[in-house]
Parts: sequence; C-alpha cells; structure tokens
Amino acid sequence: MRRRWAALLLRLYVATACLWLLAPNVIIVILAFSGEGYLHFPPSSLSLQWFARFFGDVQWQRALLSSLVIGGIACLVATTIGFFAAYAFLRAEFRGKKLLLSLMLTPIIVPSIITAIAMYYLAGRLGLIGNFLWLGLCHAAIAMPIVLLMLLAALHAVDPNLERAALGLGGSRLRVFCRIVLPIALPGILSAALFAFLASFDELLIALFLAGVHAQTLPVRIWNSLNLQIEPTIAAVSAFLIGVTTLILLADGILRHRRGRRHRQTAG
Amino acid sequence: MTASGTALRPFAPPAAKAPRELTPLLLLPAIAMLVLMFLVPMVLFFVRTFMEFPGSNADFVVQAGDLLFSQPYLTALATTNWIALTVTATVLLIGYPIAYYLATATGPSVSVVVLSIVLPYLTSLIVRTFSWMVLLGEHGLINDGLRAVSLIAAPLTLMYNRLGVLIGMSYVLLPYMVLTLYAAMRGIDAAILRAAASLGASGFYTFRRVYFPLSLHGVLSGALIVYILSIGYFITPALMGGQHDIMIAMLIDRELEVAVDWPAAALMSLSLLVVTLGLYAAYYRVTDVRRLIGAR
Repeated sequence: MRRRWAALLLRLYVATACLWLLAPNVIIVILAFSGEGYLHFPPSSLSLQWFARFFGDVQWQRALLSSLVIGGIACLVATTIGFFAAYAFLRAEFRGKKLLLSLMLTPIIVPSIITAIAMYYLAGRLGLIGNFLWLGLCHAAIAMPIVLLMLLAALHAVDPNLERAALGLGGSRLRVFCRIVLPIALPGILSAALFAFLASFDELLIALFLAGVHAQTLPVRIWNSLNLQIEPTIAAVSAFLIGVTTLILLADGILRHRRGRRHRQTAG
Repeated sequence: MTASGTALRPFAPPAAKAPRELTPLLLLPAIAMLVLMFLVPMVLFFVRTFMEFPGSNADFVVQAGDLLFSQPYLTALATTNWIALTVTATVLLIGYPIAYYLATATGPSVSVVVLSIVLPYLTSLIVRTFSWMVLLGEHGLINDGLRAVSLIAAPLTLMYNRLGVLIGMSYVLLPYMVLTLYAAMRGIDAAILRAAASLGASGFYTFRRVYFPLSLHGVLSGALIVYILSIGYFITPALMGGQHDIMIAMLIDRELEVAVDWPAAALMSLSLLVVTLGLYAAYYRVTDVRRLIGAR
C-alpha cells in the first residue's frame, strides 16, 4: 500500500516537473500570437501581427538569412568531417583512442565566452569579422564534437560483418563504403546533420563577437533587442525558433524509427 | 549472422576494421579543423596578448598578482562558485526523481517525459532565457497571477537578482543532469533489486541501501558536468542577474568591452580555462566521455 502511494507521488512530481519544463516554451508560443501591443498573458485577442512584423522587417529577414547560410555551412562541414572521424573511432583500434576522443570533445566543455573571445581575436587579426564563411567554419568547429558523439551512438548499430562479407566477396573498399556503409548509416548521418545545423542556428556568443554588422544572426538580433527593450516581435521570433527545434526533433524521431527498423532487418 | 561471419573470416581477414593506413586519413580533417579553428585561436589569443604586454616581465607578474587579488575578481570568484554550487545542488534534487522515473517506468508516458526534457534542452539558450524573463518580470505571468488571487500586494522581485540567475540557470542545466543520471541508472541491474525484495527488504530500504549507492556514480558525473558548465556561464546571468551577480565570464566580457583591457581578459580567461579543464580531467576519469551530451 505504501509502495503504491510512493509510486503515485513520484508520478505526480514528474508530471509537475514536465509542466515546469514545457511551460516557458508554450507560453512564449501563445504570446507570439497575441493581438495586444505588449506582452501580457493570457492575451485577450489573437493575431499574426508579430509574425507579420518579423517576416516583414528587412533587418529580421537579413538576420534569418544569415542564420540559415551560416547554419548550412556549419552543418555541411561538421557532418562530413565528423562522420569520417566517427567511422575511424568505431572501426579502428589505436593507442590513446579514448584520450584523443576526449580532446576532440573539449569545444563542448570550454566556456563559450573564452572560445568566442579567442576566435574574435584571430578573426580581427585576419580581417574576417563579418565574414559568413568564416563564422560558418567557427560554428562547424563547435558543432563537430556533437556530430561525432551522435554518430558514435548511431553507427554502433551498423554490423561490421556486413562490410566484412562485402569485402570478402570482392568489393573494393570505396564500393563497399558507398554501397554498404553509407546507405546503412544514412539515417544516423541525417539526424546528426540536423543537430549540427541547430547547434549553429542557436549559437549566440561566437556569432555576437564575430558577426560584425553584416552577418548578424537571429540569436544576435534577439540579444541586442533584449538589452535595449523587450519588444513583442521577439516572442514571434522565439516561437519561430521553437518551431524549428520541434520540427528537427520530429524529423529525428522519424529517422530514429527508420534506423531501428533497418537495424532489426539486418539483424534478423 | 555470427556463424556466417566466422565462416567468412579465412577469406576476408580483419577487413571490416579500417586498415591502419586509412585511420589517420579519416581522422585528419577533424583534427585539422579543431586545431585550426579552435586550438590556434586559443593559443594565439593567450600567447600574443601576454607577449604584447607593455612593460617588463616583473611588471607583468606584479600586475597579474594585483588583478588576481583585486576585489572585483575575488568577488566574482566567490559569486561564481556560490551560484555554480547552488545550481548543481538544485538540479540534482529536482532531476534525480525524474531520472529515476525514466529508468524504472515503462509505457508511453516515458516518451512524453523524454520529450519534455529534450525539447527545452535543444531550444535556443537565448529563447529559454527570454521566456523566463517574460515569466518573472515585474508585470510577468507569475507576479500578475499572484496579484490576481490577492496573495501579494506589491510585485515580487524575481529577476535582476540572484534568484533570477538561479531559476534561469537551473532550468537550462536540468536536462544535462537528468540525461546523465538516466544513462547511469539504466545500467543498474533490475535483478539485484528483485533479489533485495525477495530477501524481504522494503521498497524504501532497497532504494536506500541498493539503488541509491549504485546510482552515486551517475550523481558524481552529473554534478561535475553541471558544475563545469555553470562556472563558465554568461548569457543567462548577464540577462537575468543584478549588479551583485557578476560571474567570472561576465567580468571577462566587461574587461574587454568596457575597459578594453586584453591582458586582464586573457589572464582571467586562462584561470577559468585551467579550472574547467582540470574538472574535465576529473570527469574523464569517472565517466565515459561519450555521454557528454546525453546522446542516446
């Protein structure tokens, strides 16, 4: 009897905690549709005025475009490079493997203010502040460790015996890679690519230091307006970013599902 | 599959392992990028800044000593530690039952809980901080709600002070704790718990004497990762804190933006970096680094 009470109490607690975790996001999304002139909850009327202002404003448009371009560069570079590294970590045995991996993960650990200042120092010397490509590469360096970790988990399920068999049957290494390894790993790679994009799309501090006037991203514009005054347009921009995150999580869920099915097929 | 694998082995020796000469080639791009984009800027920033210091070496040592024992630095150090420790303890207390539930429960409710942890975890940091600013403000949802039911007369100060920083940072860092604890708890063998129960231990006794000690490893990993991330925090305390809540990262930024004092910023950055890497080394010893971001 006491046990059942304890279990009930735990469920109640977890439900409350989940509400607390989700509430800020939900409230911001509702506020984004407010028909009023200031942020008040609950809004007395609904409208799309703040989204109209967000998508209609040239500066916000430019920030969105910058975010997309920089995120695209970071995603492409980090995923390609991260995939090769993950493959090497999974299939090869060499000394100091664990140490090398932990060193390659340090960008996650180092406080982003230090990373941002150091990158700002170099970019300033090279005259690359406000350069899209450079900012994309800087974001790629931060996103690559995330890709590496995700792919290490995802590619674990790919059976090395399949490669062994294909090679044994006379396939060249390149052919085996393209016809066996890539197709099986593809859902995992796509998932990792989505998160690499998100890591850059949401990154603030490095962009804040390196963007200059030309390459301001969405988070940088949000930061600038938060430090001046809170305007309701930010709620619409936030809701948009939450929407992107939700879509990426959804896509990841679908890819995971497919990966699970394939894994069962190859194992069965 | 296993049988056919062994049968094939004589024809295809250790083929599935990437041959030795290919491994460096596969790792090279990643290492090159990290060195060029991450390590080189870091080293250049520290070395050049210290080298360009105007004055003799002795001057430098004196000034560095003055800086590291100056009141603003010591205060920021104490504030940073206090906030990081409080946030770590808070997310541990809040997160432990959630992770326990995730590790022991079954059914569709588990996916709902995972989603409510992962969605905020992946939402932009600036968006999450903005949400809390809207909730905690003088005319925010919480103050308005409390006033509407006449619990308070004047609005409470929930933000631009220590409380705001603690709420914001705990919210942002909770997912790291839950995911780390969950990974550790999933590894606890249910058979041991059944054995304890069959030997007559009560549910609470089993938890206290068996489950909790087995989960301590996860508690240590989670506390380390949250503490490491806390001491370098910038965005949330900068937006939600007051003038008495200056953390180290904010002081570094201020040295640069307001005082334009590169050597001072570099020196403080170096001290923060050394502590962070030291704690990361401890983390490396107690846990599997592959669990760093809770990748499943």
